[in-house]
Formats: sequence, C-alpha cells, structure tokens
Amino acid sequence: MKMNMMKTSAAALAFVATVMVSGTSFAAGDTPRAPAQNWSFNKLFGSFEPAAAQRGFQVYKEVCSGCHSMSLLSYRHLSQLGFSEDEVKAIAASVEVTAGPNDEGEMFERPGIPADRFKAPFANVQAAAAANNGKAPPDLSLMTKARVGGADYVYGLLVGYEEAPSGVEVPEGGNYNKYFPGHVIAMGPPLSDESVEYTDGTKPTLSQHAKDVTTFMAWAAEPEMEARKRMGVKVLLFLLVLTGMLYAVKRKVWENLH
Amino acid sequence: MDTNNMHPVMKWVEYRLPVFSFLDHSLGTQYPTPKNLNYWWNFGSLAGLVLVIMIASGIVLAMHYTAHVDYAFDSVERIMRDVNYGWLIRYIHMNGGSMFFIVVYIHMFRGLYFGSYQAPRELLWMIGVFILLAMMATAFMGYVLPWGQMSFWGATVITNLFSAIPLVGDSIVTLLWGGFSVDNPTLNRFFSLHYLMPFVIVGLVVVHIWALHVHGSNNPTGIDVKSEQDTIGFHPYFTTKDLFGMGLFMMFFMFFVFYAPNFFGEPDNYIPANPLVTPAHIVPEWYFLPYYAILRAFTGDFLVYQVISLGGLLMDAKLAGVLAMFASILLLLFMPWLDGAKVRSCSFRPIMAMAFWIFVLDCLVLGYIGGKPAEGNFITIGQWATFYYFAHLLVIVPLVSRLERPRQLPDSINASVLKAAE
Ligand code: HEC
Ligand code: HEM
Repeated sequence: MKMNMMKTSAAALAFVATVMVSGTSFAAGDTPRAPAQNWSFNKLFGSFEPAAAQRGFQVYKEVCSGCHSMSLLSYRHLSQLGFSEDEVKAIAASVEVTAGPNDEGEMFERPGIPADRFKAPFANVQAAAAANNGKAPPDLSLMTKARVGGADYVYGLLVGYEEAPSGVEVPEGGNYNKYFPGHVIAMGPPLSDESVEYTDGTKPTLSQHAKDVTTFMAWAAEPEMEARKRMGVKVLLFLLVLTGMLYAVKRKVWENLH
Repeated sequence: MDTNNMHPVMKWVEYRLPVFSFLDHSLGTQYPTPKNLNYWWNFGSLAGLVLVIMIASGIVLAMHYTAHVDYAFDSVERIMRDVNYGWLIRYIHMNGGSMFFIVVYIHMFRGLYFGSYQAPRELLWMIGVFILLAMMATAFMGYVLPWGQMSFWGATVITNLFSAIPLVGDSIVTLLWGGFSVDNPTLNRFFSLHYLMPFVIVGLVVVHIWALHVHGSNNPTGIDVKSEQDTIGFHPYFTTKDLFGMGLFMMFFMFFVFYAPNFFGEPDNYIPANPLVTPAHIVPEWYFLPYYAILRAFTGDFLVYQVISLGGLLMDAKLAGVLAMFASILLLLFMPWLDGAKVRSCSFRPIMAMAFWIFVLDCLVLGYIGGKPAEGNFITIGQWATFYYFAHLLVIVPLVSRLERPRQLPDSINASVLKAAE
C-alpha cells in the first residue's frame, strides 16, 4: 500500500515536471521558435568565451550603439571581459558625456571615464522613436533575459531577415523577420557579412557577428553568471556532504528504535 | 525537566524564565510524536525554514531597494550588478517564493490525504488556510516590486478583479491603487504591506504550531495515539529527520538559485513596466495559475455560471469568476465538515484515495490551463477542470466519505509499525 502511494506520487511528480517544462514554452502565434545554438554559457558549468564577447562588444559599439542604449552597463564592467584597465579608460574616453553642473551652474561636456554608464544614442525615448519610424529601439542590457528563447532568439532575430513570403504585405518602414513575433519589425537588418572589421583574424561573416554580439549581450544581461556557477558547485558539494552526514546521524539515532 | 544536571547559568535562567523546559516540551524529548511519521511530515518544518530564509533575504533586499516607479526596476538591477552578492540574495528571495509554495502545497495535500484536518485538528487546518491566503497576498505584492512588465500588468489585472464586486467594487480598487491607476502610490503601499505580511504569517505560524501541540501530529494511519508505545520523543528522532530533510530540500532549492535562477520567472519581467504597452500574454506566477484558470473559466456560456447566476440574472460572469476563485480556497476551510468519514487516513479509504489523486491531477491541469492563452480547447478543458474542482470538494468528498466502508484499521500505531517491519 505504501509502495502504491509512492508510485502514484512519483507519477504525479513526473507529470508536474512535464507541465512545468511545456508550460514555459508559450508560443507566440505562428512565429517559429529560433533554433537552439550551442552556447558555451548555456552549459551547466559553462562560461562566456572572452574573445567572442570582446568581438561582440566591438559589434555593439560600431553598429548597435547607434540606435540602442545599454544603460545598465558602465565602462568599468568591461574589465570583466578581459579588457585591460588602459583599454577600458580609452574606450570610455572615446565618448563625450554631459556632466555637471559646475560651479557656475553650467552643464559641460567631458570625455567619459570608466565609472560612466554606456552613453545612450538618444536623449530620451521620444527622440529614439522619432528617429526610428516611431518605434524606439529597446535598451539591450537585459535583452537575452527579457525574451522567450533568450540568446537563441536574439541570434535568430539577427540572422532571420528574409524576403516576405508572397501574399504577406510589409508596411512602409517595416522589415520581414522570420523570428520576430508578428514578423514585421521596425529594425532593418543591422548586420551583414563584413559589417565590422575584426582585428583577431576571425572571419567577419553575418553569423559570426550575430554570435559574437549575442554572447556580449548575454554577458551584459548576466554579468554574475560565471561567479554564480562557480559558487554553486561549492555550495552544492557542501550541502551534499552535510546532508550525507545528517543522514548518517539520523540513521544512527533511529537504529536504536524498537 | 531535570534541572539538577544543568549548567549553573542555564539553571539560573530556567528558574527565572523556563525557556529550556519550554523548548523541551515543544521540540524536545518531552514532545511525544507518533513514531510512524513518514517523509511527507517533513514539509511543515521545511515551510518554517523557507519562511525564515524569505524574511532574512527580504530584509537585506529592502536595504537596497527603492520603491518608486522611476527607480524600482533600476534599483533591483543595481542589487544584481553592484551590491556585493546582491544577485545571490535576490535569486534566493525570488526562488524562495516558489519553494515556499511548492513546500506548502505538498504540506496541504499531505493533510488532505491523511485526513489531518479532521477532529480535533480543525482549527489547526483552518489556520493553515489563512496562512496560505496571507502567503498569496505577500507573494502577489512582492512580484509587483521589481516593476517589470509582468509586475505592472499582473497588478493591473488582479486589482481590477475587485471592481467586479457590486456597489463598492470601484471604491475598493481606487483604495488599492491609491489613485486611478496602478502607479507610484500603489507601488509604495505594496512595498509597505509586503514587508508587513511576513510577520503576520509568523504570528499565524505561532498559533498554527500552538494548535498542533495541543493534540500533536496526526500520522499515516490516522488513528489516535493510544499509549506511550505509539510515540517517541521529538528530539532526537524528528530533529534529526527534519534536519536531513532540510539538507535534501536545500540542495533542490540551491540548484535553482545557482543554475536555473529564472526557471520559475517570466522573461517579460525583465522589461521595465510600461503602461502604454500590454504584453501579449499576461500570466501570473505559476503558483497562482490554478486560481487564474478558475477565474477565466467563467465565461457567459459556462454551464456552471448559468446555473449559479440563475441564467445570468444574479451576477455577471466576471463577478462569478472572482467569487469562484476565492471560493476555491475558502471552501478548504470547511474540509473538516465536508469530509464525514470516521477514519482519517486515505490509506484505509481506497475510493477516497483514488478521488484524492484525481483531485491532485485536476489541480495540475488547472495550473497548466492557467498558463495558456484563453482560446479554443484550453477554455473547454479549463471549464471542465473547474467544474471537477468544485465537484470534488462539494459532492465527491461529502458522499464518498459517508458511503465508503473503510478497511480494517490497525489496533495501534505501534502495531502498524511492528507489522510493517515484519
Ligand atoms: C538603425 C537603428 C538600429 C540599429 C543600428 C540596430 N537596431 Fe535593433 N532595433 C531597432 C529598432 C527601431 C527596434 C524596435 C523594433 C520593433 O519593435 O519593431 C530594434 C529592436 C531590436 C531588438 C528587440 C527585438 C524584440 O524582440 O523586441 C533587438 C534584440 C535588437 N534590436 C538588437 C540589435 C542588435 C544586436 C544590433 C546591432 C547588431 C541592433 N539591434 C542594431 C533599431 C536598430
Ligand atoms: C507558512 C506556512 C506554514 C508553516 C511554516 C507551517 C508549519 C507547520 C509545521 C512545522 C507543522 C508540523 C510538522 C508537519 O506536520 O509537517 C505543521 C503542521 C500542519 N500544518 Fe502547517 N505550516 C504552514 C502552512 C500550512 C497550510 C497552508 C496548511 C493547510 C491549509 C497547513 C496545515 C497543517 C496541518 C493540518 C498540520 C498538522 C498535520 C499533521 O500533524 O498531520 N499548514 N505546519
């Protein structure tokens, strides 16, 4: 009878698991899911590939930053990707930021410093929307966490531009994208082969650009990920040993019963 | 308690404030506990553990959080990025919410299966239902605090439900909002209440455990303790067993914190709240999905609605849905009387046991439907599952419990343990 109950409850648990897994995959209408890529950072103990993330930052800086802010990042955070202190300073100094007010009460322009947030391309959402056919380009700091499909979706989006199938009307200022919910996106294809000149000899293909910038965005969304996974191993091993010992204690105590 | 062997300091304290004998009678050698409790009885202490973890992590989060519509989202991201181990604290609190509901739902289903709500534990059970309600309020308001898209739109949808109440509904909604839409005053009062409610829960848990200690735990056989042979001291037996359970549970909990911290979450909540853009699917947190399914099952053509509203005369479908949603929980208060059996445990009530597992399945189906868009077959399935939920509580339990002839009960807890050991 006890066995029976255990079996039933195991079945129930399996059912919960299935429901949970399938429950997280809300499909958006007829838009297909972007195929899964083999991301190093999505593996259980995986990390960000620093070279890819650095190239991704270059893509962001040279292409995406013309339209998209990443306002949760500061230049100093880039040292995590393996940029040296001087490189970070130089990157920060390459932009002019508005600071102040000074003692005369005036705002002034100065070169950026590592503590500054990434400079946004537009003064506000309205200006951003006005410059982009009425659709403001969203901030990219959390993008891979903020979309169903995560990094796979972002990558799919960047490489997913194609001719609209016959019969589908794409309105003025719109572009057809296979993976964007509803297919019509205000962003034109931002990347193509050789959009950016890499200095490390990597072949500058569209898919390479897209992979690199997605890796960079994944890091930007979860800069704590590597530290988190490293700590997780220690915590779980500690708990495993502790629980094993607690089990031994429990066995020992209960042994004397009846 | 034998005070003679005590350390002089302990003795000094004990004479003035008998904390040590109090502990010994609550969690110690002097608290007799049925010796046959299985691992389903671990979930009460696990709930207590999660409650402590939630309060501790929540207090630290509150030190860094800013309850203002312009800063809330960024202040949470600041915790994630710039506060030392802020990501750890936040992920513990975020996943702790889900853990709390997993543990408490199992705890409640345990009570349902073994008839723990029956006399003389009715009040204990009813306090439990109030704890669940308090937890739901706390979790709902907590989810609003990061001020993401789901925070905002979840708050809007759920607070709007109260507008279905006749006459006073709109005033209640205005009171909840502190204005005419979900806005800064709403966020501020939700933060205040979210900080308050856990301490209300602590108070309820104290009363819950007080009531528990009057008659002690029920047990898998559901029969009363008859002699000292049936029990063992809580310490060392259940202290060690509970600690082992906590170790296992913490491994489960920490796996999510470190390796799948956003598993229970919605991507949309990483988009800052925007009152002008409605998300495609507004879904509450997973632990509210069954109630959400019940709420949405009530459409104009749902037969149950037609019946309870006398063909739509008494109330509109929205009000019926809201009432049904609250009734789905409040009905549990009446379990001790809906169940008329003389025997507690479903282990000796095979038909009731089967009904129990179908009910569990029904709750899972409701949860599944709650997460799906309200269209096509999902609506029909949700309506049948809603119908069954109430049919179980209002028809199946009262009838089966009174008609089913239970199996032969063991003579005593001790006898059942000895028999199982054979
Ligand atoms: C010319 C301006 C422009 C550039 C350059 C640009 N984008 Fe965009 N992007 C937009 C606009 C506008 C939208 C909003 C589209 C919409 O909602 O229809 C957008 C939306 C997005 C989205 C969100 C899609 C969604 O699911 O809502 C992502 C991701 C994105 N861009 C990534 C990038 C990346 C990566 C780059 C650089 C390689 C880039 N963009 C370059 C204008 C731009
Ligand atoms: C904050 C949440 C809660 C905490 C901390 C808590 C704590 C506890 C603890 C420590 C026990 C004793 C150990 C056990 O029997 O598992 C217990 C027993 C019990 N709880 Fe809870 N509980 C909570 C919520 C609930 C809820 C929501 C219900 C049901 C509506 C409930 C119903 C019961 C019942 C009926 C018992 C006695 C069970 C028995 O002995 O068979 N509890 N609770």
